[in-house]
Amino acid sequence: MSVRKEFAAGAFAISPVLAAAVPIALLFGTLSVSKGLSIAETFLMSITVYAGALQFVAIDQWGDPLPVGLLAFTALVVNIRHVLMGASLGRSLGGFSPLQKYAGMFLLTDEGWAFAEQRARRAALTPAFYFGSGLALWFTWSTGTLVGALLGTGLGDPAAFGFDFAFTAVFIAILTGFWSNWRTGAVLLASGAVSALVKLAVPDAWYIMAGAAAGIIVAAVLHAEDETPNHTDGLMPS
Amino acid sequence: MNLDPHAVLAILAMALATYLTRVGGLWLLKLANVKGRTRVALDAVPPAVLMAVIAPTVFATGPAETIASGITLVAAFRLPLLAAVGIGVASVVVLRLLLG
Repeated sequence: MSVRKEFAAGAFAISPVLAAAVPIALLFGTLSVSKGLSIAETFLMSITVYAGALQFVAIDQWGDPLPVGLLAFTALVVNIRHVLMGASLGRSLGGFSPLQKYAGMFLLTDEGWAFAEQRARRAALTPAFYFGSGLALWFTWSTGTLVGALLGTGLGDPAAFGFDFAFTAVFIAILTGFWSNWRTGAVLLASGAVSALVKLAVPDAWYIMAGAAAGIIVAAVLHAEDETPNHTDGLMPS
Repeated sequence: MNLDPHAVLAILAMALATYLTRVGGLWLLKLANVKGRTRVALDAVPPAVLMAVIAPTVFATGPAETIASGITLVAAFRLPLLAAVGIGVASVVVLRLLLG
């Protein structure tokens, strides 16, 4: 496939996420200006930080004087999952030049990453596909938050229309593509249980790392059993 | 349209910290030998992270979200992504109305 077609295929593949991102982006823009950020600051944050969950947390901590160090530390904590995601996806970037790798990592988001991983399990992940989906989401998020900031606080609550559930629904649908055998179920069970419990017990965004770590540990432990000589494989071929 | 220098500093500090988490995985990959158990662990990252992101909504928010998650899951096995997401969002709206 040509580069242009691959780029378009990436943007098309992620279009359901774009639709789900628009109301969230509008909401972020309106909230941001209501917390005292200017329209230009809101837009600058979206194009440079480009991390939805962190941005909501950050504007909640916005104040005078600005806690710059705390905000930077919060960015590390909320986004530490990116390290795991990047290490996993990095194995599929064989067709990328070093510049494409380092530029591409700037576009890493939960949603874009999930699509790239899904694609990499079916066919080689091309830079054109990756940048097509990544830039489409970056553009949508940035312009969406700008429009939200320009509109101000006149928008309603997205929960009233169920839009707050849209990303959960997207992730559930993407998750089905990662199912291979009963071990996947064990990983999901550990990850989901630990994440939900940590979320209830501990403030901030630690639940994602705690849940992810639990799932990864279970996968590694089950692999050890896999190495015993008489082991037969699970329910489905992987 | 104004940019406060302190706000710009805070935003760029967050941007730098976030970018470090994004490229950190590539550096981690150079250190680790991606075979055997490391490979299996990295293979588990996508489902483990995605599940960890959604688990509080799916299991610990309310019956409407939990049931809607189940409906979305069933739909996702049979329908294209956009249709499954549409059904999920519609069902959460209806269930929230029904379950208060």
